[in-house]
Amino acid sequence: MNFLLEIGTEEIPHWMIPGALKQLAALELFGAVLQVDATPRRLVVQASGVSERTPDEHQTVKGPPISAGDQAAAGFAKKQGATPAELEKVGNYYQLRKRVPGRAVRDLLAESLPGAIVGIQWPKTMYWTGKGGPRFIRPIRWIVALLDDQVIPFEIAGVKSGNLTRGHRRLGSSSIPVTIASYESELRKNFVILSSHERRHKIETEAVNLGAKLDPDLLETLTFITEYPTAIRGDFDPAYLELPAEVLTTVMRHHQKYFAVEGAPGRLAPNFVAVMNTGGDPGGLVKRGNERVLRARFNDARFFWEVDQRKKLADRVSDLAHVTFQAKLGSYLEKTNRVVELVKTLGGAEHAQRAALLSKCDLTTEMVKEFTDLQGIVGGLYAKAQGEPEPVWRAIYEHYKPLSMDDSIPETREGQILALTDKLDTLRECFKIGLVPTGSKDPFALRRAAQGIVRILVEAQINHTLASLVATNEIALLEFLEERAHHYFREIRGFKYDEVNAVLKKFGSTTLVDVELRLTALAAVRPTEDFEPLAASFKRIRNILRQSGLSHYPALNTALLEPGPERDLYDEYLRVRDATKSATYRAALETIASLRPRVDAFFDKVLVNALDSDIRANRLTLLQRLLVEFSTIADFSEIVTSGDQK
Amino acid sequence: MDTFQDTILKLKRYWAERGAIIQEPYDIEVGAGTMCPETFLRVLGPKPYRVAYVQPSRRPADGRYGENPNRLYKHQQLQVILKPSPDDVIDQYLASLEAIGIDLLKHDIKFEEDNWEAPTLGAWGIGWQVMLDGLEISQFTYFQQCGGMDLDLVPAELTYGLERISAFLQGVESVYDIEWAPGVKYSEVRLADEVQSSVYNFEMADVERLWRLFSEHEAECKGLLGQYEKYPSQGRFPVLPAYEQVLKCSHVFNLLDARGAISVTERVGVIKRVRDLAVGTARLWVDQPQ
Repeated sequence: MNFLLEIGTEEIPHWMIPGALKQLAALELFGAVLQVDATPRRLVVQASGVSERTPDEHQTVKGPPISAGDQAAAGFAKKQGATPAELEKVGNYYQLRKRVPGRAVRDLLAESLPGAIVGIQWPKTMYWTGKGGPRFIRPIRWIVALLDDQVIPFEIAGVKSGNLTRGHRRLGSSSIPVTIASYESELRKNFVILSSHERRHKIETEAVNLGAKLDPDLLETLTFITEYPTAIRGDFDPAYLELPAEVLTTVMRHHQKYFAVEGAPGRLAPNFVAVMNTGGDPGGLVKRGNERVLRARFNDARFFWEVDQRKKLADRVSDLAHVTFQAKLGSYLEKTNRVVELVKTLGGAEHAQRAALLSKCDLTTEMVKEFTDLQGIVGGLYAKAQGEPEPVWRAIYEHYKPLSMDDSIPETREGQILALTDKLDTLRECFKIGLVPTGSKDPFALRRAAQGIVRILVEAQINHTLASLVATNEIALLEFLEERAHHYFREIRGFKYDEVNAVLKKFGSTTLVDVELRLTALAAVRPTEDFEPLAASFKRIRNILRQSGLSHYPALNTALLEPGPERDLYDEYLRVRDATKSATYRAALETIASLRPRVDAFFDKVLVNALDSDIRANRLTLLQRLLVEFSTIADFSEIVTSGDQK
Repeated sequence: MDTFQDTILKLKRYWAERGAIIQEPYDIEVGAGTMCPETFLRVLGPKPYRVAYVQPSRRPADGRYGENPNRLYKHQQLQVILKPSPDDVIDQYLASLEAIGIDLLKHDIKFEEDNWEAPTLGAWGIGWQVMLDGLEISQFTYFQQCGGMDLDLVPAELTYGLERISAFLQGVESVYDIEWAPGVKYSEVRLADEVQSSVYNFEMADVERLWRLFSEHEAECKGLLGQYEKYPSQGRFPVLPAYEQVLKCSHVFNLLDARGAISVTERVGVIKRVRDLAVGTARLWVDQPQ
């Protein structure tokens, strides 16, 4: 049988829709393959191949003991809706084997759907029918629930399921009878494109044809705030192009949800592309309306720019005393002073210190109060306009970077130092008052800040260890940073988890630049023939040493070495030790891997646990030397080899 | 073309026809129509209520000396409360736009998520900003909590930004060019207020005296709230006058804020002082025999 469920609501926040669809896709539909889709006003599940009934089942019910007599047996049978003749005797008891008939799926769905719908998890829900009423993301206003041509009857928040859908708010009918077959085409007739894929494609094609510079996030947003998207192009006075492109783009994209239009590559054109939730704009009213709004926004921006120039950034430092950094952590003035000190500690020179001093001043400007996501960028642009040296304004401009995993780190050294210290200060202060991220909760984006620190250290090749960035009592913070370093090397850089363990567990106290070098060498040598077997041998050595019970290793007595594999291994040990002394990590690892045949031969032919205790101790010492001497790049025993279980 | 006052009259008429009481603006300074007792207190409790009123709303920090074409110290909101919210509330809202001459078939309307929260009132709701051809013309909120309490009936609050809507309808670039009455511009009615209030709010308001005023209004409110428990005839107890003292505190707080006189460490504490008063008053309102 075919199935259709449409949950009709008031406009759902666009960013929550994909998450809800994922949950609906996991709906139990009795063997059917289902498809989900949505517009801002409807969540839809369609399926085919739903069984009509669930299969019959057999159930065994234990009855009274046989010793209880016929009357008890008859009573039991009656209670079960059976005759005494149907009872069986099993052991000392009566037993009834019952056939439980399957149920109509329509009935089962009528029972299960209300719970499944109300059970969808949302980031924030509301109630609308009164205190204690059901909660959902927005009020549910209609429900279509069909199994073939029959309605699956149920009710949520006073809304009864039926076969009536609604079209576009203004262009469509508000009561449309549908069948499963006619559903999508009826919607289309009423100006609703159900397929989010199709809406996305329509926006993309039309916007590109109008010259839009595509922006995937904006495209996704527009797909889920429209039911019938149509793109239009508007214009603005080229005089506004004197304002920084960053400001213009932010106004268009974040405030107005417009695509920017590029003239020459990298240069904005005096146009924009807006996406309407309607079929067209024949009279040009929507275009003119949007142009007027944008003009007002740009006027604001120009006004802010001019007003802000009346007071230089440098004269705004003391105003930061009135800007809250975090309720319990005081003001941005205090933060600024700390960051300036940190910059000095990390060796930042005059320009970096100046940038640190001015870095938060843009928080007091009208421009940033209005366009908060331009913090930093506006400060940089103002510093430039006010004649600050290039290293200073560029550092301010880029000190919030990297804003995401895809974003690059700051390009200038001053910017890198400032970005690093700013994030470090935020982390230290938050950890001090116990604002530590837990689970999915991280309101101050501390993971992102820590990730930013790790990336800057590695990608800008800054030779500070993580431990040197924190005080000795900030252990939780150090562990947090180390955890982010693990994450970075594993998830972002793609090193295998055992490689990361092999380096970080033992060498976590070195700089991340050094860790990266070791990891790169390790990952390069790992696929070579000898490496993993040697790693397995090192693991064996570690186990032997652990089991030997030896806590002190005597000096190696070369006289006790037996000619043959044992002596050969020793000679090889000396050769490799000398060869790796000043080699690069990669060359050293390759040389160490070349130990393998001798190590194998040793284990093949030589008995470590010799009867003579001196010889035994000497052999253990040889192995211990080997392990210690050749584990200085990575701890091979962490490497998972084919013989291991994960 | 409709004047500013035509648009207001049409909206009032529209909501009066749908059962709303037409109230006049509240006579104490407020930052938004939500703060008037007609909203803040009436949304509490189990009694249905419908009301609409224009509320001049003061936001000292938003003043721009009359120089910015879109920002005002004092703007006019048309506030509608429908308690409980009818099922077709959005359709009713859209029809109100038609009623003031916006042909919805020729324009683009979007509902974009915008939840409302007022920490000083212990109040929040779920809703949207309503976008007309890219212009935010209204705020639409389903109240969930007020005075820290879950609401028995969920009201819909519709707030129309009257200057924006009029500028849109009249096709003017600056709010000051809106025609308020035939032949009379918005600037003639209000510009002096914007300029002088900006000068006062940003430059001349006496910070020390404002702090004293804040404490005095707070003390008056607290003093009242403390007497409720033992008051012999609670149905007559002055809860509304106590709430007026909360509004006074809130406005003085906004003035101090505009003067840059509230330091970071003080800020959270001051907000809490206002919220405690607001929550305390709301509790008495709910408790008071009607």
